[in-house]
Amino acid sequence: MTTVKDLPREDYFLSGHTACPGCGGAMVVREVMKVLGPNTVVYMPASCLLIFSDMYPYNAFKVPSLQILFETSAIAAAGVKRALKRLGKDDTTVVAFAGDGGTADIGMQALSGAAERNEDILYVCYDNEAYMNTGIQRSGTTPFGAWTTTTPLGSTSEGQGKNEFKKDVPRILMAHDVPYVATASLGFPADFLKKVDKAKAKKGFRYLHVLAPCPVGWRAESDSTVDLAKLAVETGIFTLLEYEDGVLTLNREPRFTPVREYLKLQGRFKHLSEGQIASIERWVKDKWERDRALAKALGPKPKVPVAIVR
Amino acid sequence: MIEMKPAVKLPTTGERRMVTGDYAAAWGAMVSRPQVVAAYPITPQTMIIEHLAEFLAAGKFDAEMMRVESEHSAMSAVIAAEATGVRAYTATSSQGLALMHEPLFVSPPMHLPIVMSVVNRTVASPLGIWVEHNDTMPQRDTGWMQIYVEDGQEALDMVLQGYKVAEQPLVELPMMIGMDAFLVSHTIESVDLISQEDADAFLPPYKPVHAYLDPQRPMVVGAAAPPEYIQEVRWETDLRMRRAAEFLEETDREFGRKFGRTYGGMIETYRLEDADVALMTLGTVTSTAREVVDRLRAQGERVGLIKLRSFRPFPAERLQDATAHLKAFGVYDRAVSYGVGGPSYIEARNALYDTTTMPILSFLAGLGGRDVTPQDVELMFKKTLAAAGRGRRASGVHWIGTRGVSP
Ligand SMILES: Cc1ncc(C[n+]2csc(CCOP(=O)(O)OP(=O)(O)O)c2C)c(N)n1
Ligand SMILES: [Mg+2]
Repeated sequence: MTTVKDLPREDYFLSGHTACPGCGGAMVVREVMKVLGPNTVVYMPASCLLIFSDMYPYNAFKVPSLQILFETSAIAAAGVKRALKRLGKDDTTVVAFAGDGGTADIGMQALSGAAERNEDILYVCYDNEAYMNTGIQRSGTTPFGAWTTTTPLGSTSEGQGKNEFKKDVPRILMAHDVPYVATASLGFPADFLKKVDKAKAKKGFRYLHVLAPCPVGWRAESDSTVDLAKLAVETGIFTLLEYEDGVLTLNREPRFTPVREYLKLQGRFKHLSEGQIASIERWVKDKWERDRALAKALGPKPKVPVAIVR
Repeated sequence: MIEMKPAVKLPTTGERRMVTGDYAAAWGAMVSRPQVVAAYPITPQTMIIEHLAEFLAAGKFDAEMMRVESEHSAMSAVIAAEATGVRAYTATSSQGLALMHEPLFVSPPMHLPIVMSVVNRTVASPLGIWVEHNDTMPQRDTGWMQIYVEDGQEALDMVLQGYKVAEQPLVELPMMIGMDAFLVSHTIESVDLISQEDADAFLPPYKPVHAYLDPQRPMVVGAAAPPEYIQEVRWETDLRMRRAAEFLEETDREFGRKFGRTYGGMIETYRLEDADVALMTLGTVTSTAREVVDRLRAQGERVGLIKLRSFRPFPAERLQDATAHLKAFGVYDRAVSYGVGGPSYIEARNALYDTTTMPILSFLAGLGGRDVTPQDVELMFKKTLAAAGRGRRASGVHWIGTRGVSP
């Protein structure tokens, strides 16, 4: 098990990339790559990551990487893995690093297909809660009330930030009954590294959803990334969970620090009315009730063979 | 100029059987030994992937078969597999090809020699399942080679030839092989099912030269690039498309030496040498047109035929040579570029601009899968004959067999 103390010094995602100061996405990729190591092939879609890491003639990865399109992360990683298998290199880990837009929205069809077929890949969604590369437009995972450039402020009901709540992508993946689904936060590195370790060791489709604060898009200080990632968990707005072989575990009981402590550090929530804040508090409460019930329901399954082979 | 030889009994290398065009294409794919196949069903391509799945289930075929959730993913999966360093195959049609439009652009600059069979079918609207070339023709500028075949045997043979051309280190471009919906895909004909042994002797295993994903030798395949670099990528891709012409000709000759059948390379001609006017066709209409040529010849009309096999690369030089002696030239298309004319007519006019002032006519017929009858083709010849000697002014676009518009 990789712990913070014995985290390898060796990096496979190197400094010199051009991410903004405090980029949560870059931190996610760096940590995951430390655990995955050199025998890895990386896929990345159109996203901030592609632009700040693989803009010709520069390249921040020490391992081979592929880029095809925005919505093809899951299928491209699957195609690579199938080919590696034919080449006798089944021991190579294939990882896709995709943003929330490339995952929750435009990439959902390919993601669902690959999950259903149980393709042997690790899919890491770094969730910065908007289309950041194209300039902070709302995505399916943007939280309720957040300002983005496509949910701008104004005097009408259309001018109050995003009117919908965050899409629960991990729950969608759980519904596919894949071997491993987990969420993680940069604010809890021990939990994060443990999950990457587990995901690396498993076969089949593995999904990691990591909250990756974006100081530019969230209108926050560039040194607040880790604090925000921590607060998101402690306020209960982001849940650390793990779905392994059909069993759902909630990894951390938060302190339930008032949500407004988290919101007030971010310019994207500056305009929120008391009513909107109350809606978010209610949403957090409901989510925890639902997730607890779900964790109770999704207990150990009876042992039956998954596939019967003659 | 390569003349079509009269039909002779050809030596059989594999097993000769009565099969559909889709079966023939699937057989061609199987004996090409792709290591990854990814596909999504669509009429009339479905039988291709069903047969591959049957071959796999029966243990005759060994590959990773990805039954993906869309054509967008099918194309992306074969791109990823080729980028990793293995041979890959897919097949689609119509709406499926349209859905692939975005990933189609990806593989040519990345040097990924994918081969794909495309059963040519109408793209909606209106929705239709019969033959039209408005699925493949609009993919002209994606960087894919585009071949049109006439029957099941050619659909099979071109998969093997296709990999051979596509994988030339000087080419490394993907190829789509168009086969007319139902008229090829579902028509049962006698086909020489090339044996695995013979296929292996013709097509060696794929060895990626420029692009692969190997942790022992890391490289970036794809990447983003600023304007300082992209134009050279375009130039280099254009260069490889130009080079492909020579390999298409050479590979067809080599195939002929091995299997006893050739297709003339990028174009095939029929009774053209002493013709005054000629028609250019592509796909299955060619078979009808040969009959019409014979009939008109019997009546003393000096007419000939060119079968256009390669749309990309476009055989400009061969067409210039083949048409140098003609007084008028008609070009048949099964697709329309709205407001202009048939796509291969546009290409032919461009190719012949420097070498001729004869009239070049565009004929549109059989769109949406309507039958193109011998009478339709005869009318095309009659109009071309009438235009002979009248110079470029006699050019124009003619809709044939269009209710309320033309006979
Ligand atoms: C088919 C397609 N549509 C739109 C785009 C434009 N586009 C590129 S990146 C991007 C947003 C990416 O958002 P996300 O996946 O959240 O990653 P982030 O940039 O936030 O890291 C968009 C909309 C594209 N490249 N391809
Ligand atoms: Mg994002």
